[in-house]
This record gives sequence, C-alpha cells and structure tokens, in this order.
Amino acid sequence: MLYREAGDFKTSYASDNQTFPIRFDRAAYWVAIAAAFLVVPMVLGDYWANSIVIPFLIYVIAALGLNILIGYTGLLSLGTAAFMAVGAYATFKLTTAFPGMPIYIVFLLSGLVTSAVGVLFGLPSLKIKGFYLAVATLAAQFFLIWLFTRVEWFYNYSPTGQISMPERSMFGVIITGASASSTAVYFTCLIFTVAMAWLARNLTRGTMGRTWMAIRDMDIAAEIIGVNPLIAKLSSFAVSSFFVGVAGALTFGVYLGAAEAGEAFSINKSFLVLFMVIIGGLGSILGSFLGAAFLVVLPVLLKLMLVDGFGWPADLARHLEVMIIGALIIVVLIVEPHGMAALWRTIKEKLRLWPFPH
Amino acid sequence: MLDNTQDGYVTADGRQIGPVVLELKNITLRFGGVEAIKNISFDIRTGEIRAIIGPNGAGKSSMMNVISGFYVPQEGEIIYKGYKRAKMAPYQVARTGIARTFQNIALFEGMSVLDNIMTGRMNLMKSGFLSQAMWWGKASREEDEHREKVEKVIDFLEIQHIRKTPVARLPYGLKKRVELARALAAEPQILLLDEPMAGMNVEEKEDMSRFILDVNDEFGTTIVLIEHDMGVVMDLSDRVVVMDYGKKIGDGTPDEVRNNQDVIDAYLGVSHDE
Repeated sequence: MLYREAGDFKTSYASDNQTFPIRFDRAAYWVAIAAAFLVVPMVLGDYWANSIVIPFLIYVIAALGLNILIGYTGLLSLGTAAFMAVGAYATFKLTTAFPGMPIYIVFLLSGLVTSAVGVLFGLPSLKIKGFYLAVATLAAQFFLIWLFTRVEWFYNYSPTGQISMPERSMFGVIITGASASSTAVYFTCLIFTVAMAWLARNLTRGTMGRTWMAIRDMDIAAEIIGVNPLIAKLSSFAVSSFFVGVAGALTFGVYLGAAEAGEAFSINKSFLVLFMVIIGGLGSILGSFLGAAFLVVLPVLLKLMLVDGFGWPADLARHLEVMIIGALIIVVLIVEPHGMAALWRTIKEKLRLWPFPH
Repeated sequence: MLDNTQDGYVTADGRQIGPVVLELKNITLRFGGVEAIKNISFDIRTGEIRAIIGPNGAGKSSMMNVISGFYVPQEGEIIYKGYKRAKMAPYQVARTGIARTFQNIALFEGMSVLDNIMTGRMNLMKSGFLSQAMWWGKASREEDEHREKVEKVIDFLEIQHIRKTPVARLPYGLKKRVELARALAAEPQILLLDEPMAGMNVEEKEDMSRFILDVNDEFGTTIVLIEHDMGVVMDLSDRVVVMDYGKKIGDGTPDEVRNNQDVIDAYLGVSHDE
C-alpha cells in the first residue's frame, strides 16, 4: 500500500526502459537530488561535512568504479587504492605544471590518466581470471605505491615526500587548499558524484553494460554472440579506473589537501572500497551508494552514540566500534548475500503489500 | 534423388532450397593424438534444415565448434559464401552471420530474459561510447528500435510472460527457448542448434520442432542441427550427415540415410573391424 506499482502502465519502449519506471521511485529520486543541492548545504556544518558527507560522496565514486569492474564485468581487483593514488598524483602533477587549468578539468584529466594506467594493469585479465587476477592487481597496488614513494619526480622533489594541493578556484570560488569552504567542497563532490552516477547508469543500461555482464556471466557464450573479450575487458578496466581516478583526485584535491601515497592510499583502502561494493550489492548502482554509506556513516554514528551518548572513554569506544562494524557486515551478508541493494528490493516487495501479509 | 546443381533443389514438401552457403572440405581435427574429426566434407545450402547425427562421441559437437570457430581444424578448409574463411575467433564468426545455441545452455544467468535477448543484437547496434555515456541521441533511440525487434522475437517464441524474469529462475525448457531467442535476435543467416531438444518432454519437443520449422519458413534461416531423437531428425531435416568415430558414414535425404547399411550398422552396433 505504501509503495505502489499498480496502475503505472507503459505505452512506449522508451518509458519502459527508463531508470525509474515506477512513478514513486522517480519522485523519490528528484526529491533526493533537490534536497542534496538545496537543503543539505544550508544545514551542513563543518564537522558533518568533513567526517561524513564528503568522504561518503567520494567513496561512492570509487565504489561505482569498482562495481563496474567487479559487479558488472566479474573481474576481481585489489588495486583500487593504487588507482586512486594515480588520480591523486596526476592531479598534483597537472595542477602544478599548468596552474591556470580549471580544476574540474584537472580532476577529469586525472581520471583519464588513471584510465590509461588501469588498461595497462588490466592486460593480464585477458589471460587470467578470478583469484589469480586479484593477485595480479595486487601487484599493481604494491608497484604503484612503491613508484610514488620512491620516484621523486612524482612529488616534485619535495623533501617531505608528500604532495600538497595548492589553492585553486573555479568561477571565483575557492575549491581546493586550506581556505576552501566546506560548502564549496561539498558542491564539488556532489556535482561529481551525481554526474558519475548518471554516467555509470548510462553505461550499464545499454550495449556496453550488457557486453560487460555477458563476459561476467559466461565468457564463452559472450564470444559466440559476437563480444570481443579483449575490448570488453579493457573497456571495463578503462571506465572503472576513470571513476576510481576521479575519486582519488577528489580525495587528494578537496578532502585531504595533502597526501603521501603509502599512507593515504594503502591496501586497507582497497579493501574498504571492495567491502563497500560487496556489502552494497555487486552489479548495482544503488548498492554502491548504500555500501559507501554503510562503511562511512556507520562508524561515525557509532562513535557519536558510544562516546557522546553513553559517555564511554574514546579508546574503548574505538575498539568496540570496529567489532560492531565487523559483526554488522557479517549480519548483512548472512541476511542477504547479494548485498544491501537486494535487501532494499525485498523491502520494496513487502512494502507493496503492507499492511496485508499476502 | 537430389539434384546437386549449383542452384539447389526442391524438397519433398515443395520448399525451394538455394545454392551452397557453407562448404566444409576435408576437415580434420586432432586433440593431441586423438582424431576427433577425420577428413570430413559436406555442404550446407541456403534455406535448408541440415541435421548432423551419430552416436555419442562421434564428433558432432566438435564439428559444430569448428563451424562456429571454437576449434581450428588442423587440415581442411571452410568455404563460406563463396570465399575461403580465414582463421577467425568465435566472435568474428558471429559477426559473419552465424549464430548458435549450446548443448548445455549457455545463457547469462544474472541478466533478465529481455537483456539476454538484447545481447543477441549487440553486433547490429552501432552507437558509440560517448553517445552511450550521455544516453543521448543515437544510443537511446537505438535501444528502443532494437527493443522493438527483440519484442518480435519474444512474441514469436511465446515468452512474453517471462520477459523481465532473471534467467536463473527459469525452468529448463524455457531456458532452451530463451537461448534460441537470443540466437534469433542476431538475425543470423545460419543458425547452429546443438541438441535443441535434449532433456525435453514430448510436448516441449513438439513446441521446439514447430519453432525450428517456423524460423526456417518465416525468416528463411539456414539451420544446422544436432539431435539424438531420430523421429525429430527425420521429420524436420532436408538432408542428414551421419558421423561415427569422427568419420562421415552417410549423407543424404532422411530416406537415403535410413536405408544406408553403414548407418544401420553404426546405430545397431556391428563390430568395427578395421
């Protein structure tokens, strides 16, 4: 009763193919977009922006990228953080070499650079699959991080070995650097996240997405209907790395402001994004949002509840927080192995009938 | 007797069969020391239903894999539409207008029936990367146009009710039908069917036979099929190739094959003393 699909008839293939075929979903989507652009910036404080909202938006982009690779194409990668590092270092090199270049363009170009690197490290996927491919991408993780910490050219011979983001503005508003307002940063991340999610949806709904999913579900059958596996796999690596690269560029450019490859982009971050994708739901755009929300928002909320709510000591709370998050991950995966996106589908089925049992 | 001129022949039920579209010449396929196919030659004519039969392990599926490009024969040549076919990957063969189904269904289990059939039209869709990324202009227009074509195939095979069902949830008989739909969506000139009726009950077999005949009749698709049910084969096909132990032991109309002594021996089991 709360969630209605009945009576929503379609009279053209275009309307049947749209992203939200159900009127209620469509309305919810526009309300969410409007709230994100109009309401949230009014009420968002610095603490909430920096601890939850901005990291959430950036991780959504990374999760979308990894989901294209793992969820849609079935290629397992453990090198996400290294590709984020490529995006970050590309941003640093580009913006220090061409200070006049608009910063949004720099972020996009960094994505393209990462794309090229991703294709290079995606080459082994033509011969190996599954866990073996995961090990090969692990090599990317270690090699790239080693490269960025050892070769001084990448951090412009800075004595600390760190890269730090200079101040850049766009349309007269300071976007990066220490004096950027959290509203400007929020809008930058929001624009990129919305645009990238839209891009991901478009790429996965048509021929390209079906090519990827065909490779994922059965590569032999994909070949027999005319999919060139080389192009399918490498295009997936290219698109996925573009997303991850942009996420890395934003992490460094607007969120951290300064970074050191080994610390900011360690293998832990690769696993974090991987967990987001698995918990959120493989092969689902919504899942990327849910997964990122789960692993970014929940720890902060838990901390607030334990420390501020119950008055526990901070160190005890931190340990418990890790345990609770771990337990929750297991619970979610047992309740719904296909992730939170699938859980949401089940909830919708129930809501459709509520309050009646059948 | 068949009239084997270049121009084809007329079948018993009055259908006009065209010239040779695919010719296999002296094909030999080895796996290490094992010869799966030994020096086999036969041809396939436009518009006919050509069956390949034989006992288990005779090399029928290998033959089909040679035609669809999965196996590259060590000897012999394939002449397609009048030209010798160069060595090709399976996806390139698919692009020349040869579609197939598999003995053990090869559908994309994670996708809906509609998406599975849409993948069949992949090679006919031309919109570029940017157009797809923006979902503007060609990409979205093309999606709707091809959806219309796919809906025709769905109507034709009577699977409207499962259009949006994930393939993994379907029973076996329907999966077979969806796989046929995917192959048909590609609008192939030659359709290879590897045991389309394996594991089906009589009713499902009758449905499938009807679909095969209709496809041949309405779209003029040339059909090559492997099948074990002799009743079906003799009923459907215009000409039959019989294989045993990798060799061709018979080739002709169902009646000719049925009366061929070698074929009778192979099926009833006479000792091979060679």
